[in-house]
Amino acid sequence: MPMPVEISGLRYAYGQGELRRPVLRGVDLSVAPGEILLLTGPSGSGKTTLLTLIGALRAMQEGSARVLGVELNGADEKTRVALRRRIGFIFQNHNLLGFLTARQNVAMALETDAALPERERLRRAGELLAAVGLAEHADKLPAKLSGGQRQRVAVARALAADPGLVLADEPTAALDRQSGFEVVHLLRDLAKSRGVPILMVTHDPRILDIADRVVAMEDGRITA
Amino acid sequence: MMDALPPRQLSAPPAPARPARFETWIALPLRLAWRQLRFEKARLLAAIAGVLFACVLVFMQLGFRSALFDSATALLSAMRAELFLINPLTTASFRPEPIPRIRAHQALALPEVAQSVPVYMAQASWRNPVDGSRRAIQLIGFDVEARAMQFTGLEALTDSLKRADAVAFDRRSRPEFGPVADLLREGGGSLRVQVANRLVDVVGLVDIGPSFGADGNLVLSETNFRRLLPDRLPSNTDLVAIRLAPGADVAAAQRRLREILPPDVTVLTQAELVAWERRYWEEATPIGFIFGFGSVMGLIVGMVIVYQILFSDVANHLREYATLKAIGYSDGRLSRVVLGAAMLLAVLGFVPGALLSWYLYGVVGEATFLPLAMDIGRLLGVFGMIFGMCAAAGLLAMRKLRDADPADMF
Ligand SMILES: Nc1ncnc2c1ncn2[C@@H]1O[C@H](COP(=O)(O)OP(=O)(O)O)[C@@H](O)[C@H]1O
Ligand SMILES: [Mg+2]
Repeated sequence: MPMPVEISGLRYAYGQGELRRPVLRGVDLSVAPGEILLLTGPSGSGKTTLLTLIGALRAMQEGSARVLGVELNGADEKTRVALRRRIGFIFQNHNLLGFLTARQNVAMALETDAALPERERLRRAGELLAAVGLAEHADKLPAKLSGGQRQRVAVARALAADPGLVLADEPTAALDRQSGFEVVHLLRDLAKSRGVPILMVTHDPRILDIADRVVAMEDGRITA
Repeated sequence: MMDALPPRQLSAPPAPARPARFETWIALPLRLAWRQLRFEKARLLAAIAGVLFACVLVFMQLGFRSALFDSATALLSAMRAELFLINPLTTASFRPEPIPRIRAHQALALPEVAQSVPVYMAQASWRNPVDGSRRAIQLIGFDVEARAMQFTGLEALTDSLKRADAVAFDRRSRPEFGPVADLLREGGGSLRVQVANRLVDVVGLVDIGPSFGADGNLVLSETNFRRLLPDRLPSNTDLVAIRLAPGADVAAAQRRLREILPPDVTVLTQAELVAWERRYWEEATPIGFIFGFGSVMGLIVGMVIVYQILFSDVANHLREYATLKAIGYSDGRLSRVVLGAAMLLAVLGFVPGALLSWYLYGVVGEATFLPLAMDIGRLLGVFGMIFGMCAAAGLLAMRKLRDADPADMF
């Protein structure tokens, strides 16, 4: 079975010349279909950098990364933008558009698909908000929602376009213990029911139980 | 190899390509732009006010410009003749170079020339009959019986203007010349006024309108003109108005006149004469530049305001824009959102701006005696400028989008 994510010999460095600082020093990693993989490790070990490379948010330097069947080494901006549409992102902060309601925010993720009519976009957005337990809050602005509710809107947005992969970077970092717990469990249930693999970076030992597999990173390498 | 992934339901329903293209290209970015603008009402109002301000400024400048040019040529437009002779060195009608009076008679050699009338033009000082202040007034002297010149009210005065020292006063002259119409009525149709150190009789009123070179006008007979300004050579005149026989070919007559007349006179049609005068005001004076400059300043101020608003909209929402990039919005699409906001501001500011300008044209036109009028050409022209102004502001603000880096999002 082809892997949604297959990485080998991935190296990455920030800066140029004297200031050049290697951050990833040869990473090999793959995510299996439907798998929930958690990535842990000390701060500064390169987890976020790895995630931005897999998410096609950054141009690659060395090694190989096949994500959803697309080789990212040497991929141009157009290819990367197209790939991003097939990935669901969940950030530390919800990053919802403040002037749009929860439903409109989720529908935004569907607007890159020209074939989908507006009515269908809003219907799907409503469905997803119901799935994250926010049916009653669908027409509220983000400012009117709690932190946990906003992050659940972000989960709905990440899943709206039926992604082939979900990438999440410390999605619970800005939340209290209870809402953080709720959000990741929701995410896991939704992903499992759709068979979407998740690659999640976390520091939070309380949520390791949602994982199928946990890998640790240290100083730019996968250690376990 | 993609079949192991979940089915891509979204690409399933095939949609007609054209509407979808229109939607993603214009409608959706425009809607996002509108939702963002609408969200912050105070900012939106400030932006609209900026565009409106620019709009009114440009409309007023352009209105003044064309009103001044129109009024500068009002006198020449009021003349009722097909062809004119002027000195080729004449730059503007308020200070004409003289031409030999004999040219008027020579023109009569052509059978199609029905009348050829010398017209004298000069400025003299008029003493306000109420407060005694002096002011330059334009004198227009010609054979009043020839009917080569037509001003409203002139026909009824033909006989009285033949009397010694009789003049007709332009009722649309600026008020600084005194309440001539009222005094004339009180005096039973007669009023004595001092012009060029001589007492003249105002015997009636005509309609001409003040122009750039002249705040007011007096019409009088050739004989009375010479009495007022005895220093002028009787063998010279300033302009010759030529009326052709009914049905005569104007262009052919113009050609033949050029052939028979010496090169010390230029033969112009009325349209050419008006254009000649207008060109002087447009090119040889800073007036055209001043109003053009005023318009440009209005556009620049408007652009800076719109740019500021759009720029801070992007700058304050960098994270959100970066998020949109991360979920697959292309740079081009986000640029269209910013440009869309600019276009919306253009429309939202232009509509009230044009209405306000229209109203101001009426108010200001009444106060200044300038013919300010809105026309479709100017409406379209100013809309084009405002649109361009907003587009430029949008293009500048768009550059800020580059700072929204999706790689910084995690
Ligand atoms: N944009 C950047 N420019 C330069 N250095 C960076 C940048 N982002 C991260 N780094 C550095 O790269 C290293 C790895 O960072 P990161 O990938 O964020 O690790 P983690 O997410 O595991 O904390 C850190 O030392 C960090 O300071
Ligand atoms: Mg990190």
